[in-house]
Amino acid sequence: MAIREFAERGADLELVGIQKRFPGFTAIENLDLKIPAGSFFALLGPSGCGKTTTLRLVAGLEEPTQGRILIGGSDVTSTRAHERPVNTVFQSYALFPHMTIIENVAFGLKRRKIADPMAKAHEALKLVELDHIAQRKPQQLSGGQQQRVALARAIVNRPALLLLDEPLGALDLKLRRQMQLELKAIQEEVGLTFLHVTHDQEEAMTMADTVAVMNKGAIEQMGAPEELYELPRTAFVANFLGQSNLFTGQVVSTTADAITVESAGARIVVPAARAQRHQGEVTVGVRPEKVSLHREAPAADANRNVLAPGRVVDVSFSGVSTQYLVEIPGHGTVMVFAQNIGFGPVAGLGSEVWISWAVEHGFGLEDGPDETRFQDDASTTSLAALHREALVSELEEH
Amino acid sequence: MSGEVQAAAVLGGLSENEQLDANKPAGGRVRPRRLGLGDWLLPVYTVIAFVFLLIPIAYTFVFSFNDSIKSNISWRGFTFDKWINVCNVEGGAVCEAFANSIVIGLVATVAATVLGTMIAIAIVRYRFRARSAISLLLFLPMATPEVVLGAGLAAQFLAAGVAKDMTTIILAHTMFCISFVVVTVKARVASLDPALEEAGRDLYGSPAQVFWRVTFPLLMPGIAAAALLSFALSFDDFIITNFNSGSVSTFPKYIYISAARGIPAEANVIASAVFIIALVLVVGAQVSRAARQKRLARLG
Amino acid sequence: MAFAAFSTAEAQPQAQRKRSPIALFLLLPGIAYLVLFFLTPLVSLILTSLQAPSEFGDIGVYDYAFNWQNYVDVVTLYWPHILRSFGYALVATIAALVISYPLAYFIGVKARRWPLLQSLMLVLVIAPFFISFLLRTLAWKQILSDESFIITSLKALSLMAPDAHFTGTPFAVIFGLTYNFIPFMTLPLYTTLERLDVRYLEAGSDLYANPFHVFRKVTIPLSMPGIVAGTLLTFIPAAGDYVNASRDFLGGPDTQMMGNVIEANFLVLLNYPAAAALSIILMAAILVLVGIYVKRSGTEDLL
Repeated sequence: MAIREFAERGADLELVGIQKRFPGFTAIENLDLKIPAGSFFALLGPSGCGKTTTLRLVAGLEEPTQGRILIGGSDVTSTRAHERPVNTVFQSYALFPHMTIIENVAFGLKRRKIADPMAKAHEALKLVELDHIAQRKPQQLSGGQQQRVALARAIVNRPALLLLDEPLGALDLKLRRQMQLELKAIQEEVGLTFLHVTHDQEEAMTMADTVAVMNKGAIEQMGAPEELYELPRTAFVANFLGQSNLFTGQVVSTTADAITVESAGARIVVPAARAQRHQGEVTVGVRPEKVSLHREAPAADANRNVLAPGRVVDVSFSGVSTQYLVEIPGHGTVMVFAQNIGFGPVAGLGSEVWISWAVEHGFGLEDGPDETRFQDDASTTSLAALHREALVSELEEH
Repeated sequence: MSGEVQAAAVLGGLSENEQLDANKPAGGRVRPRRLGLGDWLLPVYTVIAFVFLLIPIAYTFVFSFNDSIKSNISWRGFTFDKWINVCNVEGGAVCEAFANSIVIGLVATVAATVLGTMIAIAIVRYRFRARSAISLLLFLPMATPEVVLGAGLAAQFLAAGVAKDMTTIILAHTMFCISFVVVTVKARVASLDPALEEAGRDLYGSPAQVFWRVTFPLLMPGIAAAALLSFALSFDDFIITNFNSGSVSTFPKYIYISAARGIPAEANVIASAVFIIALVLVVGAQVSRAARQKRLARLG
Repeated sequence: MAFAAFSTAEAQPQAQRKRSPIALFLLLPGIAYLVLFFLTPLVSLILTSLQAPSEFGDIGVYDYAFNWQNYVDVVTLYWPHILRSFGYALVATIAALVISYPLAYFIGVKARRWPLLQSLMLVLVIAPFFISFLLRTLAWKQILSDESFIITSLKALSLMAPDAHFTGTPFAVIFGLTYNFIPFMTLPLYTTLERLDVRYLEAGSDLYANPFHVFRKVTIPLSMPGIVAGTLLTFIPAAGDYVNASRDFLGGPDTQMMGNVIEANFLVLLNYPAAAALSIILMAAILVLVGIYVKRSGTEDLL
């Protein structure tokens, strides 16, 4: 791909058998990935999962230990960062402090000797609505403005592939939501291929066409956001992307339509099509918002799974919904999100409740109990620990 | 400045660098690849540059073992004699000059450190008039060539009819050390969290108690670095000394004067010994600091 | 660094500074000392530079006057020394910058992964200051003397004319100045390069700049404060130095700099007005050059 020309449109990106080792640890074990041209692709994972390394490999800032990288069909593995038709919006923005905004935006154009760099830079600044501050220095801009300049500085080059390295991480929540929408709109307008790296599952889901969940240097699951959420295939995805109640047990019967799992004396039915494995010990799960709470034993219904009475051990009210933690003997703690349709909580602290969910909402995971990455998947302590880890890593990154 | 603004930077920088590490952006650790020169060119160049920097030192050290007679120019054989009988040459002139340098260095260091530390605290902590004029007054001695500082003081002593001796040397050395002390200590004062002193006052400390029990111990690393720097500046100063010493000899002045007829190997002995002591002290400090940081990193 | 320190500290917001008589108590002794032993000497230097020989006095006795002719005399007599001072200092400063930059870059950027190695290399940079700079300069004189191994080898290999010398030449003086001031240059460069955020370099290469352009457009401008501080810390003392150019060290009769003639006039010829006039010229020229340089390099907002 000639570096002196603008990309007509986004190019597809292909990673083949990528491995990246650093002294002392392996960041990426064996990664294969294909991102179609023109798509908005999100790489989602906790810090340390290898997603940023993947991005740096694509940008040419790191060299893979093994494997090949293809952009628009041509092998760029051995080319250097400045020779690749790729631009990055850095997490820190990395706006050159010694240049004005317009000089920053025109930098790449000038290096490529593209005609009329200043006019094109102004156009890009207009796109992000910052042309009026073209003569300022980066230090004089707010975080959100710097983020937009960083974006303009990258897209002005019309790269075949735009890499976004947690570009919204430094912004506050409200600004982040606004920028998410703007980014998405710009991507649709310019039609480039976006590769977005983030640890924020909500950000990945709202923005991307395709999300790949990454863990320990490998991709766990890839697909459209709804698909990943509704049908997670691994315990990691089930818990990293939203929250899940997971139950482990033996498959006791299998029909063409459904499998039945016996877990701590209760029978849980999962549609066969939504279960990755159909025999032996399996882990099944359901999202907390799909679970209903009952004050009395619900009438038997073949289409619903019911778990034996438990006790409400925690109620937390969050406005649109209330989160209950229900302790069920043998099953541990189950999380239930209930929409606040009426006034006040449905069940008080300590009251006896039954829980149920529609069979069609359940899912069966691929990883057996040996492979599960969490000792006690559904317990509140592990969820809390996970959440805390995510917060800590977020704090560290800032 | 002849001697050692550089040492200023390093000695003063010790405390400053610790702060910097903490503030380093997370991405600062990201290693730069394929930027600049080739992967091997720069390390090789660095080794060559260090060899270049250290050649005269090695030469001086080696020739401290030369079995020389009067001048120490050509190699005449190995001996420990000069190290053992270092004061026996020329009626002990080298040792006398060395002792003078030590005395001058100590007195000037104490004076400059006290005066400079007081100014540094005032500059960071208090508001006062003529602030920019005072900053300029502190900056100018560092931007003035030593020969001008030396000639100026000498002209003043001449005009005032003061005879040049040890005292005039000490007065001169204190003068050019003050600015360096201010720069070094000021960085430390500025990095001091005022809340610590407020906590001291909150816990019933009188102003004097707060200063001596809280502020002063916290400033100690900066003050120590400034004192070391002052001593190094004073000890190695030649140009200013030369204008204000009259007949008093210091170690650098002794070398300058003997240069014409040849330096005795005993001078190499003294210089090598000073070098080794200083190097051991500084390397020891660096290594123990690195060990401490490693331990902290493990705990964290 | 020395020069940066004063400007940056001013910008640093501190918990509100109060007015207090303590400030006066803290400032007065030190400031009075500097007024007495730095400022007043400069004034007496100016007064001395205008003195005229005493009508009935001996050599070295002068009366206060307004004899500005002294300045004309020293410039007429010593203009080659003045030019040499600034010429040698300029060449030595550029040479020291070229030699020091890669060194500082390696220590400050490449060696970040190994903090202990980094600090030990820094110690090696300042190590020359633990040994008298007069002795180091003399060591070079002997290492590069006409009878030395290096010079005889160069002559044997016909890389040097058989009757050529190294010591006593302008080249030797510049060599000595460069060597002696490399640490002055390396340390401030290191200080800024150590803080250089390599993500800017990555952004540069991401934006199609090849390594050379990244260096020229990003690394150099971002290390400007270090370059300015280093060149000043080298240029100022180098212009006033007289040890390297002295005949007993690396210089010869044709390499004398301003420092040498100031020393000779003051301490040997006892021509105080001439020495003082030369000192004032040196100081004024340096202040003017430094002022222009700092303004033009535009480092104010980088500091």
